Amino acid sequence: MKQKYLPLTATILIFLLSYALCVAQYPNMLSTRVIGNLLTDNAFLGIAAVGMTFVILSGGIDLSVGAVIAFTGVFLAVVLEQSSIHPLAAFALVLAITTLFGALMGAIIHHLEMPAFIVTLAGMFLARGMAFVLSIDSIPIKHPFYATLKGLYFKLPGGGRITLIGGLMLLVFAVGILIAHRTRFGTNVYALGGGTATAKLMGVPVASTTVRIYALSGLLAGLSGIVFSLYTSAGYSLAAVGVELDAITAVVIGGTLLTGGSGFVAGTLVGIFIQGLIQTYITFDGTLSSWWTKILIGLLLFAFILLQKGIIRLSRNGRQPA
Amino acid sequence: MQTSSDNILSAVRIEKGFPGTKALDKVDFHLRRGEVHALLGENGAGKSTLIKCLTGAYRRDGGSILLDGAEVDPRDTFDAQRLGIGTVYQEVNLLPNLTVAENLFLGRQPRRFGMVDTRTMNRKARELLAEYELDLDVTRDLASYSVAIQQVVAIARAVDLSGKVLILDEPTASLDAHEVAMLFRIVRRLKARGLGIIFITHFLEQVYEISDRITVLRNGQLVGTRETSDLNRRDLIAMMIGRELAAEIHSAHAATAEGSLRYRFRNYGRRGRINPFDLDVRAGEVVGIAGLLGSGRTETAEVLFGAHRADSGTAEIDGHAVDLSSPRAAIRQKFGFCPEDRKTAGIVGDLSVRENIVLALQARRGWTRPISRAEQNRLADQYIRALDIRTADREKPIKLLSGGNQQKAILARWLATEPEFLILDEPTRGIDVGAHAEIVRLIESLREKGLSLIVISSEIEELVAYSTRVVVLRDRSHVAELGGDRITAHQIVEAIAATNEREAS
Repeated sequence: MKQKYLPLTATILIFLLSYALCVAQYPNMLSTRVIGNLLTDNAFLGIAAVGMTFVILSGGIDLSVGAVIAFTGVFLAVVLEQSSIHPLAAFALVLAITTLFGALMGAIIHHLEMPAFIVTLAGMFLARGMAFVLSIDSIPIKHPFYATLKGLYFKLPGGGRITLIGGLMLLVFAVGILIAHRTRFGTNVYALGGGTATAKLMGVPVASTTVRIYALSGLLAGLSGIVFSLYTSAGYSLAAVGVELDAITAVVIGGTLLTGGSGFVAGTLVGIFIQGLIQTYITFDGTLSSWWTKILIGLLLFAFILLQKGIIRLSRNGRQPA
Repeated sequence: MQTSSDNILSAVRIEKGFPGTKALDKVDFHLRRGEVHALLGENGAGKSTLIKCLTGAYRRDGGSILLDGAEVDPRDTFDAQRLGIGTVYQEVNLLPNLTVAENLFLGRQPRRFGMVDTRTMNRKARELLAEYELDLDVTRDLASYSVAIQQVVAIARAVDLSGKVLILDEPTASLDAHEVAMLFRIVRRLKARGLGIIFITHFLEQVYEISDRITVLRNGQLVGTRETSDLNRRDLIAMMIGRELAAEIHSAHAATAEGSLRYRFRNYGRRGRINPFDLDVRAGEVVGIAGLLGSGRTETAEVLFGAHRADSGTAEIDGHAVDLSSPRAAIRQKFGFCPEDRKTAGIVGDLSVRENIVLALQARRGWTRPISRAEQNRLADQYIRALDIRTADREKPIKLLSGGNQQKAILARWLATEPEFLILDEPTRGIDVGAHAEIVRLIESLREKGLSLIVISSEIEELVAYSTRVVVLRDRSHVAELGGDRITAHQIVEAIAATNEREAS
């Protein structure tokens, strides 16, 4: 087997193993209901994590995601409350804003040669601050269109439902996989992760690729914000704190190298499932503190970082002779 | 005479200067269609500067570049590549995390319906590599293949993109014999296709095996271009390291030095760096070290000074075994070492001349016993005067001084520790002619004071001028020792070349 599939395979095995363990203890967990809820509950995180995967593959990081999600929610709530424009128009408007926001961060990172960490940290404060400027309260969204959207679902055999937002997440993953592996832009993202200087020497348009990567992350953070507002039917400036870190965790558990250049969008989906599974297990158990989620995720993350180190070392020794 | 249309690439009177030095001085270089042209010279001769001017990595100060008869002015390496000049470096400049096929077609992947057509790309990649006798799984990451194969993939990409001129910069440095043979088969095939190939290496055997013509640079100047078949090894080496081979009379006064035997190294060496050697050094003696680049000159110096610990043999001073396992230990035995690359290993650019001079003495005394400012001033002034270091005052940052004066300041640093055994690695590299003569005079006067010196130099005449004995190195071994009347430029070149020829036959 090719070495680059090793982390992905490990992730899938861990997921299947832990799911089997959960089912052994609580047979009810093997149902389409649980799976449907897993998709719905993690939809916003999954969509944001797709953008994060591209950013990390290119060797960068985007800390502004959670703040952008909160901003999007507050923006939608305020606009729908105070004006009569249709939610779809509001969606388009907010997506344009977050995409531009991401593109601007990408441009700063490239042209001012600033570390992505600092630029997106500033972006995080800016977006969170803008959300507070719009409103400091939690504003409910009561638009009838929201109710319509929430009523849309695809019924699975066994009583489970794939809701609109759950389905949307799967669609975003499918498109993300296509972009990563089947477009020149996707290859350029991997090229940047392999080494910016070399990529530039080989003729990769580094500037436009960087801008597009962060624009994509901004777009998906905005979409994630829309999904979040559908999920909670409210906009609140203190919402979604630390979601960017959950997204990074999903990406790394999904087998993507934090240093960039290696990994799969599909792996991130499995990373999301693993996180969701741990939460579901704790809900089923009912006695465990929800902090056990964090502890298990922490251990898992640590294990994956060690695994990646091991694989890098292996690949260094395991070159094929001429 | 060839007509200009034979030349695929012509560089005329290329000039390039860096602060303090002239890296290229009106160098001409002509590359024909379908030839392999070796570009040779010692370190600092200007090979890489010339290549960087040709590929646009540096902006040249003067001269013109003609490609296919038309004047070109590459702005950067990417531009040069587009014009038709492709370069493959020793360090492969491809992306290890992408597949072989992606590396070959990055930025120009075949597409269907807007999506990359991976199947077509992989097929084309296989076809392309088949021309290079490679049958690889092109869907594997580049990193999973050996450096030799990565090198060939880099060549395939460069030729596919550029297709006129291929520059190979030390491509064989990390390859074994079998891999070199594979690479050379490919080079010959490209040559037959009419490409002009510039080949840079310091393996002379390979030069004779593959090249049609040879151009030699020395000190930023063109020494000459010759047909490989008309140039024997000895003359080539003479072109690279000595100005003329007129039988120079070895300065007689140096040979008279007859101090007592003080330093005795037996079977001294370190695996993988320098093979074990025997070396005796008397007081008041200058032992010159000659050899081509990569022959183990600097490695000898480093192992003597403990910068790389010897793993075999013994060292004795005045009959007593001593420990030279680290630079600290060596300094305690009154050793001093001026390294080759003073920019990275010698000067501390932002510190003043005074601070640079007292550095080694302070280090030997330990930081708990600081040298008083008055003492520092006295030392600095003394050496600035004694060595004639040209500086406005002793507090000037050393990086603002010329190369020759920086070199003298580093010498002063070690002289301030009052060493008894001083190793100088290329003390005259990159400094102007006047300073050059002063350094040589300084070496003489230190010898007369009774110091033992080891001097490494690629300037043969220089070694002849001040050495009482010359040790000749080749392939990381000490292969010959010349003394007395035998120290002539001619004899030294003979010694280097003789061993070379024996190896080749």
